Amino acid sequence: MSEALHAEWTKLRTLPGTGWLLLGVVAATVIISAAVSASVSCSSMAACHVDVTKLSLTGTYLGQAVVAIVAVLAVSGEYGTGMIRTTLAAMPRRITLLAAKAAVVTAVTLAAGIPAVLGSVLAGRLILPGHGYTPANGYPALSLANGTVLRATVGTVLYLALIALLSLGIATAVRDAAVAAGVVLGLLYLFPILSQVAGSPGVTRHLQQIGPMTAGLEIQASTGLRTLPLSPWAGLSVLAAWAAVALLAGALVLRLRDA
Amino acid sequence: MTATLTPERSGRSPEADGKDSFGRLVHAEWTKFRTVRGWVIATVIAAALTAAVGLYAASGPQTGCQPVGPSGPIGPPGPCKPSNPVGPGGEAVSDGYYFVHQALRGNGSITVRVTSLTGRSSPPGGGIVPGPDPEQNFTSALQPWAKAGIIVTASTRQGSAYAAMMITGGHGVRMQYDYTGDTPGLPGAVSAASPRWLRLVRKGDTLTGYDSAYGTHWTRVGTVSLAGLPATVQAGPFVTSPAWVQTENSGPTVATAVFDHVSLPGGASGAGWRGASIGAATAGNARVSSSLPGRFHAAGGTFTVTGSGDIAPAGPGPTDIGEAADDGFVGAFAGLIVVIVVGAMFITAEYRRGLIRTTFAAIPGRGRVLAAKATVVGSVTFVAGLIGAAPIIPVGASLLRSHGNYVFPMSTLTEVRLVAGIAALLAVTAVLALAAGTILRHAPGAITVVIALTVVTYFFSVPLAVLPAGAADWLLRVTPAAGFAVQQYVPAYPQVNNIYTPQHGYFPLAPWAGFGVLCLWAAAALWLATVLLRRRDA
Repeated sequence: MSEALHAEWTKLRTLPGTGWLLLGVVAATVIISAAVSASVSCSSMAACHVDVTKLSLTGTYLGQAVVAIVAVLAVSGEYGTGMIRTTLAAMPRRITLLAAKAAVVTAVTLAAGIPAVLGSVLAGRLILPGHGYTPANGYPALSLANGTVLRATVGTVLYLALIALLSLGIATAVRDAAVAAGVVLGLLYLFPILSQVAGSPGVTRHLQQIGPMTAGLEIQASTGLRTLPLSPWAGLSVLAAWAAVALLAGALVLRLRDA
Repeated sequence: MTATLTPERSGRSPEADGKDSFGRLVHAEWTKFRTVRGWVIATVIAAALTAAVGLYAASGPQTGCQPVGPSGPIGPPGPCKPSNPVGPGGEAVSDGYYFVHQALRGNGSITVRVTSLTGRSSPPGGGIVPGPDPEQNFTSALQPWAKAGIIVTASTRQGSAYAAMMITGGHGVRMQYDYTGDTPGLPGAVSAASPRWLRLVRKGDTLTGYDSAYGTHWTRVGTVSLAGLPATVQAGPFVTSPAWVQTENSGPTVATAVFDHVSLPGGASGAGWRGASIGAATAGNARVSSSLPGRFHAAGGTFTVTGSGDIAPAGPGPTDIGEAADDGFVGAFAGLIVVIVVGAMFITAEYRRGLIRTTFAAIPGRGRVLAAKATVVGSVTFVAGLIGAAPIIPVGASLLRSHGNYVFPMSTLTEVRLVAGIAALLAVTAVLALAAGTILRHAPGAITVVIALTVVTYFFSVPLAVLPAGAADWLLRVTPAAGFAVQQYVPAYPQVNNIYTPQHGYFPLAPWAGFGVLCLWAAAALWLATVLLRRRDA
């Protein structure tokens, strides 16, 4: 296993795009989060009912797309070039190979996700008080000492890691990078767009409960927890289930099909 | 070098026979497209997803509404069949006001002086109290589009043709006609010290509006022609006041105006003035109405009239409970992601397999190869979009209606425009993806960039709703997501109180302007792709 991990790490590390994409994860997340934090304003206590914790993490919505691409390329890149056959000749145990890929991709996602999420929270902490979200208006500065903020922060990092695993599983199952990217981004963004026009509140809620992004990002909620379609950790578990199913499908295809 | 690689085709070089060779190029690209099974399947899936998701969206909503009587809610919320009257132009309209009227036979004119216009508004969060005085919780507030003046209308039926001269709460004197027409007159508010004189003159089918500050010197505001106006029309003072609107809320308001110097010279019948609440909620009219019953009181030539409602076009928003049939076009987002993948792969697959070198060896004109590819992928996705979008309006609208929903009416021409617009949106986005694939030569990168510019930008601007309205509008003006404006079919009117946001189906750009922005992006990307294709080695 350790050789497999080392091999996967070497491959991922030496791809020209990986470093830039991970930098892109951090940049996209922090820039969008900071921009959204800077675009809101709260003049009086009554005028602003905003979940500032969730708001300061808005960049996740874009950062996750870059995470998905990193994970897709880690698998599909090998199929695109035919490298996969060399890899499998050297490492015939395919499930071990997938596990090693999953571990390495999770590790680099965490490496990019932790600064991305911490940077977003920090930006919120610095920017929001200047826009009226002050302790006087009922909004104490974001702090990791607060249990809810800590849950949202840790949860968002885990969310990004689960998105990477979901993408890795899908890419292993469908192989082609373009198709995998389309499937992952479709799964992520279509559920919230569809749930908006679903009309009856029951269907909307149901779509939000099963969508990988809508359910997973419940982990960022810090207000109105009772009205959420799912509790924060239950929501993250839904995403974890999606990732598990995708990995399982990927493992089956990898095991059963010729490369 | 290239010359030696160019195959001789019966003695003619491809450059020699202009148009014919572009036709062959398109044919070659079409052959490539149709022989890749995955792309054909994907195109079919794009059409199927567009239709299936759209019809799923239309099958869901069930309107619940609360029956409202003359003095407030008269029953529990439940299913009901709301509807809007239809105006002379076929559009949905609001038509609720208090009308003090007489018959006007043949040609003639009506003149009044308005000396006061005040208003009262229901409090945020509802406010109609059941009982003899539904307005007891109201606070003093005049709506900017509260209207008081004179109206000449074909009949007292809702949706009748009309022309009116009015003073408004905050927009001065206006001449309005047939719900959508609006011409400004004298500016400023009305008061006893600064009254407004209003006059409407009927001559055949033509109505001319005049205003005056003193009743001596008159200014023509506008002349309109109401085709088919009957010989006998109803004329007289009217007052109305539209509902206040907030993001997701609205509530009724009333306005009261004082008229004097009311005259109907020439053609006025002998009968006295009669008052009528047009379109107000009644016990038998079970719909959520923003129009409360009005009243009038005449003493010594002075009329005090109170009215509620609006005479204006109706559109989706917090004040109205209708469904826009274009909600069904949400299916296009699913189709869009598929055509973006196909569009990008149409070129990146050639790079990956090295086929691009064979292609350029056979056809050295690289720009023309790209043009042929754009033609093929654009046409194929346009046809797929047409097939996917065509059933959404007729089937979706009847599904919505079968669940008791009100669907805003649209003409056949609008329906054709919407379906063609959705198909064109898919086609141009596929071409944008093709260009992005040519520029980046990397399918996942191109797909992510184009999905980010279209679907994700739309997601940030509309469903996510964390951005302030200004920022969201800006995104929907300058990014390719502006193209989603082709979905809008109920226009926004500045003279109607409403929340004109994309959430309610109103885009910051007109449909074709938004589509134009998307086309500019596609054209710019194609241009850059052509330049890079010519400069770079394949």
